[in-house]
Amino acid sequence: MLEVKNLDKSYQKDHPALTNISFTVEPGTFVAIIGPSGAGKTTILRSLNQLIKDDSGQILIDGDDIRSDNKTQLRKHRRQIGMVFQNYNLVERLTVIENVLHGRLGYKSTLAGIFGRYTKEEKAEAMSLLKKVGLEDFALQRCSELSGGQKQRVGIARSLIQHPKVILCDEPIASLDPASAQTVMQLLKDLTEEYNLICVANLHQINMAKKYADQIIGIRKGHLIFNEAADLLSEDILRTLYDQDITKELE
Amino acid sequence: MQSSAKYLTRKGWHQTAIIAIIGGTYLLGSWILNFDSLGGLIALPKAFGWLGVNFAPTPKSMNYLPQIWQKLMQTVLLAISSTMVAAVISIFVALIGSKVTGINGFVQTIVRGIASFFRNIPLVAWSMILLFSFKQSDFTGFLALLLMSIGFLIRAFMEIIEDEASETMLALKATGANYFQVIFQAVLPQILPSMLSWILYMIENNVRDATLVGILTGTGIGFLFDLYFKSFRFDASGMTVLSIIIVVIALELISNQIRKVIL
Repeated sequence: MLEVKNLDKSYQKDHPALTNISFTVEPGTFVAIIGPSGAGKTTILRSLNQLIKDDSGQILIDGDDIRSDNKTQLRKHRRQIGMVFQNYNLVERLTVIENVLHGRLGYKSTLAGIFGRYTKEEKAEAMSLLKKVGLEDFALQRCSELSGGQKQRVGIARSLIQHPKVILCDEPIASLDPASAQTVMQLLKDLTEEYNLICVANLHQINMAKKYADQIIGIRKGHLIFNEAADLLSEDILRTLYDQDITKELE
Repeated sequence: MQSSAKYLTRKGWHQTAIIAIIGGTYLLGSWILNFDSLGGLIALPKAFGWLGVNFAPTPKSMNYLPQIWQKLMQTVLLAISSTMVAAVISIFVALIGSKVTGINGFVQTIVRGIASFFRNIPLVAWSMILLFSFKQSDFTGFLALLLMSIGFLIRAFMEIIEDEASETMLALKATGANYFQVIFQAVLPQILPSMLSWILYMIENNVRDATLVGILTGTGIGFLFDLYFKSFRFDASGMTVLSIIIVVIALELISNQIRKVIL
C-alpha cells in the first residue's frame, strides 16, 4: 500500500508548490492525477521516488517511509518503484533489450552494472517482458528506430523488470497519437491488475483518466481537491479544477 | 493599422540611416588614411598574380616532396595524438564538471574556469610560454595543442552531457542505479556520437594549428615551411602549403565518412 501523508513542497519561499497532500492507494489500483499545468502533478509524482526532495510529510510504501532513507536505502526503495516518462528517456543508441535490462541495475553490483553483465535469468525475463508488451521481434533493434508508442512500451518493460510495487507514469501518453495512447493505457491497466501493482499516472486527458483509471486525484494550485473512484468525477468538480467548463472532455 | 504602417516606414528609415552611417564611416576612414579604394581593388589581382607566379610549385620542387611528406606525417600524428590524449582527459573532467553529472557547484565552477583559461590563451602564446621550459621539440608543440584542445573539449563535452544525457540519466537514477552505473550505461553511450564528432573536428583543426605551432617550435611541417620561406625557396614553400591543403581536405573527407558510419 502507498500512503502519502501531509506532503509539502515549495521551490521558492512563500510560493508553495504542494500544500498538505494526503492520499492512499491500494495494490492493484490504477490512479490518475489530473489538474491544470503547473498545479503540482509532476512534483507529487517525482517526490514519490524522491527525484524531487519534498519539504515535509510522509511517503510510506508498505509502511516504510522512503523520505527518511539514506543513499543505500533509497536505492533499494527506488528499485521497487518503476518510472515511465513522457519522452520515454531511453538510451536511443542502445538496443531495445539493453534498455529493458537497465531496469535491473538497481539490483546489481557497481562493477557488473558498469560493464552490463546480466545473468541468463535476467535476459530471459527481459525477452518474456518484451513479448508481453508485443515487441519480441524488436529486441536487437536500436531504440532510435522505434515509433513513439513502441518506445513507451520499452519504457514500460524497463520498469516491469524491476519487479516494482509501484509504477509512476509522468504524462505517459502526452507525446503519442490516439491509437498508441489507447494501447499504452490499456497495457498499463492490464499490468496493474496482473501484477497487483500500484500505478500512478499524471494525465491531461480527462476522458482517458475516466476510461482507464480506478481512482482519480484532482490537484489545483498545489491542493488536493478530489480523491475518489473514477466514476464520481463530475462536471462540477472539473469546473473547479480547471476554472472553466470542459464538458466536452467528459464525453 | 495606421500605426503599424508608420512603424514599418520608420523602420525603413532606420535601416537607410544605418547603411548611410556605415558608408560614411568608410569614406571618412579612407580620407584620413589616404587610402585609394580603387587603386587597392586594382592591385588585388596583381598581388595574387605575383603569389601565383612565385609560389607555384615547379617540376624541380617535386624533389622536396619526400622531405615534405615525412614532416607532414609527423605533424598529422602530432595532431592526432594530442587530440586523443586531450579527449581522454576532457571526458573525465567534463563528467565531474557538468551541471547534470557534476560533483557540486564549487567543482563545476573550477572546471569551467580551467576550461576557459586553457581555451582563451591563444595557441601562439601557449607555444611561446612552453618554449622556455621544454625547448624546441615536438613535445612543446604536443603540449601546446594538448592544453588548447583540453580547453575546447571540456567545454564541448560538458554541453553535450547537459543537452543529451540529462533525461536518460534521470530514468536510470529512478531505477535505483548508482552513479557509476548511470555514467557508463546511460551517459557515455548516449553522448558517444556527438563526442566522436567533436574529436574528429578537433583533429582536423589541430593539423592546421600544428603547422603554426611548428613554425614557433621549429618542428614538423611548420619548420620546413619557415625554412624554405626564409631561404627564398618560394616554390618549395608553395609545395608545402599545397601538401598541407591536400592532407587537411583528405582528413576532412575521411572523418566525414567515419561520422556517416557511426551516427
